[in-house]
Amino acid sequence: MMLCALKALLWRDITLARKQGGGLGAALGFILAVIVLVPIAIGPDPVMLRRIGAGMIWLSLLLAVLLTAEQIFQQDLEDGSLELMTMTPTPFELITLTKAIAHWLTVALPLAIIAPPLGLMLNMELGQLPMLWLSMIAGSLALSLLASLGGAIAAGLRRGGLLIAILTLPLYIPILIFGVATTTLSLGPQSSLPALAILLAITLLCLVVSPLACAAALRAYMR
Amino acid sequence: MQKFANPTVFLKLSNVVLPYLWVMTAVLFAIGLYGAFITSPPDYQQGETVRIMYVHVPAAWIAMAAYGLMALASAIAIIFRHPLADAAAKTAAPLGAVFCFLALVTGSIWGKPTWGTWWVWDARITSMFILLLLYIGYIAIWRAVEEPHLAAAIARIVALVGSVILPVIKYSVEYWNTLHQSASIFKMGGPAIDKSMLWVLLVMAMAYTTLFFALHLVSLRTEIATRKLRSIRLSEIRGN
Repeated sequence: MMLCALKALLWRDITLARKQGGGLGAALGFILAVIVLVPIAIGPDPVMLRRIGAGMIWLSLLLAVLLTAEQIFQQDLEDGSLELMTMTPTPFELITLTKAIAHWLTVALPLAIIAPPLGLMLNMELGQLPMLWLSMIAGSLALSLLASLGGAIAAGLRRGGLLIAILTLPLYIPILIFGVATTTLSLGPQSSLPALAILLAITLLCLVVSPLACAAALRAYMR
Repeated sequence: MQKFANPTVFLKLSNVVLPYLWVMTAVLFAIGLYGAFITSPPDYQQGETVRIMYVHVPAAWIAMAAYGLMALASAIAIIFRHPLADAAAKTAAPLGAVFCFLALVTGSIWGKPTWGTWWVWDARITSMFILLLLYIGYIAIWRAVEEPHLAAAIARIVALVGSVILPVIKYSVEYWNTLHQSASIFKMGGPAIDKSMLWVLLVMAMAYTTLFFALHLVSLRTEIATRKLRSIRLSEIRGN
């Protein structure tokens, strides 16, 4: 019964994201634009690009996810559907979690999946790409969860965009550090698996903290 | 606890305590600064610039302690609904941010003569900088949400989430720093500090602490006055 409701919610959010536009397509365009700007800003030197490639791709993913954070809860809070969802027997924390996962599936995960060709464009080595891919798929879930947290905290504000950025970007730091470390270590003598494991651990921590905090913030707005 | 959380009791009590706190702050600063400028010896490597330590290190300590106080007050606000806990958290944030900023600036001024550069992306400096960002985010919430009760509810969540994630951030920044091998610059200091310097540092730390509490009490009183003013104005509007 509960799972059924959550599944319906997941499908609703995915369908809305697909039909409304402005989500994945725009985020994809954004990430491509950032990747083009990198060599223009830094210079097209292949050696330099190879060194900063992983960091730049992570940074562009992070910013793209951040830009879509406002969409996660704002509409549903404004038109009252969130308030209806609080009245169902399903725990509200699971509802916020489901909405974050819908955001992951529609925005963050697709962006993470297309990362390897972008890595080639920034002259990264082929051997790095599997780890870049894995770490981005794992880390993008944490990015989505924290984006949903920022989105929930600013959901009732008229101009929340900048506020979401101020609140969420510092929380992204651990994910960025271990995401980039996983990728860069995969070339060296050290194993990159510990860094990947810590990245997964951070994702699990976000999985616990974020839905609770989201639900608390949204409840405060609906009181 | 519950008794002191009552705003009227708090106002009376703080009125008595504040003058003593200011006197203590002044005396401690007088002793500490005398020690810092006159009795403490110049460092055998850094020379006179080591005296910056006495204003730099306590500022960093207070900046971190203020975040702890803010998170604690937020937790108390959630658990016990103390009427003053939210105000305590709210007023601790700008003070903590200022001390954090002071620590960064004095550190930068200290860094120029000792390391030859204003800024190094060292683990401690970077986490201090991130702490400043967290303070700014928290203050921004109070400013962005107009309705005070709603702002308090949202700010509590921000402070608590920050306090959960802060250790993770600090650990990852340290990991990142060792990965990049730039920590070798940070060889100075260490736990081996001479007694003639240590007592000055501790007195300065106490001076900073009393200063923080005095300023915190003053801004808490201001906050209570602001609330009263707000409710008086609201009732005036209703009365008309």
